[in-house]
Amino acid sequence: MKLEHLKALNQARAERRAIALVTDLASGEQRIVRVEDLASDPLAEALDSAFRAGKSGVIEQEGQSYFLNVQVPPVRIVVIGAVHITQALAPMAKLAGFDLTIIDPRTAFATPERFPDVNLIAEWPDVALARQKPDRYTAMAFFTHDPKIDDPGLIEALKAECFYIGALGSRKTHARRIERMKALGFNDDQLARIKAPIGLDIGSVTPAEIAVSVLGEIILALRKKPLRGTA
Amino acid sequence: MLASDDDILAQAESWRQAGRGVAIATVIETWGSAPRPVGSHLVIDDQGNFLGSVSGGCVEGDVVTQAIDVISSGSSETLEFGVADETAWRAGLSCGGRIRIYVEKVV
Repeated sequence: MKLEHLKALNQARAERRAIALVTDLASGEQRIVRVEDLASDPLAEALDSAFRAGKSGVIEQEGQSYFLNVQVPPVRIVVIGAVHITQALAPMAKLAGFDLTIIDPRTAFATPERFPDVNLIAEWPDVALARQKPDRYTAMAFFTHDPKIDDPGLIEALKAECFYIGALGSRKTHARRIERMKALGFNDDQLARIKAPIGLDIGSVTPAEIAVSVLGEIILALRKKPLRGTA
Repeated sequence: MLASDDDILAQAESWRQAGRGVAIATVIETWGSAPRPVGSHLVIDDQGNFLGSVSGGCVEGDVVTQAIDVISSGSSETLEFGVADETAWRAGLSCGGRIRIYVEKVV
């Protein structure tokens, strides 16, 4: 491995960026492929599924063996709203292996008593997200259904490449949300990324059941669709 | 402290920057029950210092020895370990799995 390749791998990890090192196992020849340059690579298809699954492995193509060593950042869920559903979601997300961040400017909701051992930020979503930087390995769930809290976060989510955006609220609430976002200049394609009503349709009633449906929807988006913001 | 994958490749970079000979061993394939997943790293310097793991401690000794050869020769090697392997008397996986490891020098 060339030192420059090693440096690129280390730098990508530090920046939460997906990257792959492709090794031709017969010749030992290697190249770095960044996820943004995927399309132009001869192994684009195999690399795309490796990036999606976050799995390294050996592949055969035209009689050649290649080792695809992919590095992807840990998947995280960012929740806006430290509400009852979030209290149920927090232990579930941890159990399923996700990093979780909860943002809510209402200090009565965002308390360590309600959310022990969780990354909890009692700030406005736009302020907190400026540091948290949602990326293609981030899912964002909006649980307050209060426009004054959800909207600033939603704007950031729509501008980012996160693989999942879901927002709680009735169809009526969502229709009004769409109108507000359109007034800000977002188009239909961009707004179609928002899953609303949030969660898989499993007939959830309780906060814990809703949390299951949201976690299920996030896993579906992660595992069965390309990790692209525009998909 | 337990070294994460982050620490391991970062260590390889800083060892190389400090002028040491360095090799990286990576699990490239596993069959059956194997202790470390594909993509796991062990980094080795020319003095035999190492960080990370490619198995549960079963074959690391052998990999380190081979890695020191790779550092001096400069040519990459693919190693295979398993209980059914002819090297089993020397280093094998008690779990019954097989692993293939790619060892390369950092140049």
